[in-house]
Amino acid sequence: MLGSVVSLLAVMLTGFFLFRILPGDPVRTMTQGRAVTVEQLAELRRQFGLDKPLPQQFLDYCLGLLRFDLGTSFQYRAPVAELIAERLWPTVLLVGTGTVIAAMLGLWLGTRAAWRRGSVTDRLSTGVALTLWSVPTFWLGLILIVVFAGGLGGVLPHLFPTGGMASPGVTGFLPGVLDVAHHMVLPVTTMVAVVYAQYLLIMRSSLLDEMGGDYLVTARAKGLRDALVLRRHAVPNALLPTVTLIFLNLGGVVAGAILVEAVFSWPGLGMLFYEALRVPDLPLVQGLFIFFSASVIFMNLLADLVYPLLDPRVRT
Amino acid sequence: MSAVEPPPAAAGGTGAGSEPPPGAGGPGPRALARQRRRRAAAAFWRAYAANPAGVAGLAGLLLFILVALSAPLFVDTADLSVTRAPGSPYQPPSAEYPLGTDNFGRSVLDLVVWGSRVSLTVGFLATLVSVALGALIGVVAGHFGGWTGTVLMRVTDWFLVLPTLVLAIALATVLDRSVFTVILAIGITAWPTTARLVRAQTLAVEARPYIERARALGGGHWHIMGRHVLPNVMPLVLAQTTLMVASSIIAESTLAFLGLGDPTTISWGGILQDARNAGAVSSGVWWYLLPPGLAIALVALAFTLCGRALEGVLNPRLRERR
Repeated sequence: MLGSVVSLLAVMLTGFFLFRILPGDPVRTMTQGRAVTVEQLAELRRQFGLDKPLPQQFLDYCLGLLRFDLGTSFQYRAPVAELIAERLWPTVLLVGTGTVIAAMLGLWLGTRAAWRRGSVTDRLSTGVALTLWSVPTFWLGLILIVVFAGGLGGVLPHLFPTGGMASPGVTGFLPGVLDVAHHMVLPVTTMVAVVYAQYLLIMRSSLLDEMGGDYLVTARAKGLRDALVLRRHAVPNALLPTVTLIFLNLGGVVAGAILVEAVFSWPGLGMLFYEALRVPDLPLVQGLFIFFSASVIFMNLLADLVYPLLDPRVRT
Repeated sequence: MSAVEPPPAAAGGTGAGSEPPPGAGGPGPRALARQRRRRAAAAFWRAYAANPAGVAGLAGLLLFILVALSAPLFVDTADLSVTRAPGSPYQPPSAEYPLGTDNFGRSVLDLVVWGSRVSLTVGFLATLVSVALGALIGVVAGHFGGWTGTVLMRVTDWFLVLPTLVLAIALATVLDRSVFTVILAIGITAWPTTARLVRAQTLAVEARPYIERARALGGGHWHIMGRHVLPNVMPLVLAQTTLMVASSIIAESTLAFLGLGDPTTISWGGILQDARNAGAVSSGVWWYLLPPGLAIALVALAFTLCGRALEGVLNPRLRERR
């Protein structure tokens, strides 16, 4: 609990250091490559409060954060917090669906691979997982678009849309939901393909750790079938370290979301981040940096709180 | 383990060489140490070669490094300039251009071969930065413990929690666009895993009696860390390094794809960014998109396979499981 608070404070400090002190002159960074007059630069500096002394800037920044005021976007001329709130739900939908599918697929395949270690299934699924893990997320997305949305230059039918979240002109609740689901197929596939590998490998190794356990011998000795030994005794114990690691890996999932959204033009936070860093719109990048980091810290805190419920041994 | 143990005189190394060997006419302590090292290397290679995936990864790796080093021999840099491209735009693969041409008429094969130089260099250097940082912090945190160790580990934990890519992107956004920035951004964000691993290993090594002996003989902190702890931690660090090069190369391509790389160099991620900006995705020019991504995936896979094989040989806990 205290650790999370310290981490949040550290995020605040890093955010200030990264975007106010490191660039030297943030306004110059933002306006690079554009023709601006000295008056415009001074006006921008005044607007972002950069004309004040650093300690005053830092105080303003901290007070702003306490009020969830993350500054004003340079590109959209709108409050950063508002922009984030607007784009939050598409990301939650995409990341949530992707993580749940990836976790279930990874856990299931990992269990099967460990239980029949060294079999063809084990070697095949571990090999496929390692290969997909080595593939850059964004490239897999591009290839999926070319093959399934672009129709490979007219060879295949256009099965899925190339990007976005919804088609224009679709009305009604059920058609709307189906349309969004249709748009989600390719982005979610990309996320799952890249993420599930680590769940598979973690589950496989933690189940292998449990396989030598005496309690499994006992379970077999009392006459349980193989499937029951696995389901009732081995898997629940192997799940514990895996669940923690799933939460710890959320930082990686955020990274995946940024790339998937950038490739598929999914109108979420990742897309916003991508648009912001192209400008570069420093207040928006800063706000998203703080938001992403804070949400990962929050998820880890959640994992710490959920863990004792799953594992009575750590309940002290 | 070899059956014949060398005499204890060969152990240590500092100052032990001045004494004459006990058995007159036998090999000196240095020769014995060399023999022992050769035997250990042979045993290591036998254990490594038992893992076919690891051998395949190593072969692939050597092939890529060879191609990157010899690229100037068969790629003319003039062909890579946008204005003096040899072919016409978007030609599908043919005998002249085995992987087709890009939107300027440059050979995609040449681009990919040339791109391997930047991608591999950045991958190696970023890994070097992060592993050096991680090893230093891990050893210091494990050796000193107490306040220093606690503070260092808190910092490490905090970095571990932060989304790596977000931090790297933030760093690359505020600094100038250059290869150096990319190396720094990846190196600074990727060290915590190494630091944790090294710290755990340091604690295990420091519990051994010979560290106490070294301390009793008057060895200082830096002597113990440098001459006794680090050599014992290095093997695991090596395995970790191999795994990290794979993720560094992917991270480099990701940053380049997001437009944060050096625009004046050619790297695999940069080629993909150019391809996407040129509309290769919507017009289905697969020969422009497929090769750079495949190259990234193959190199990353080769490093991952090598790293896992090394880990299997060096980490006794994993040895039986595989």
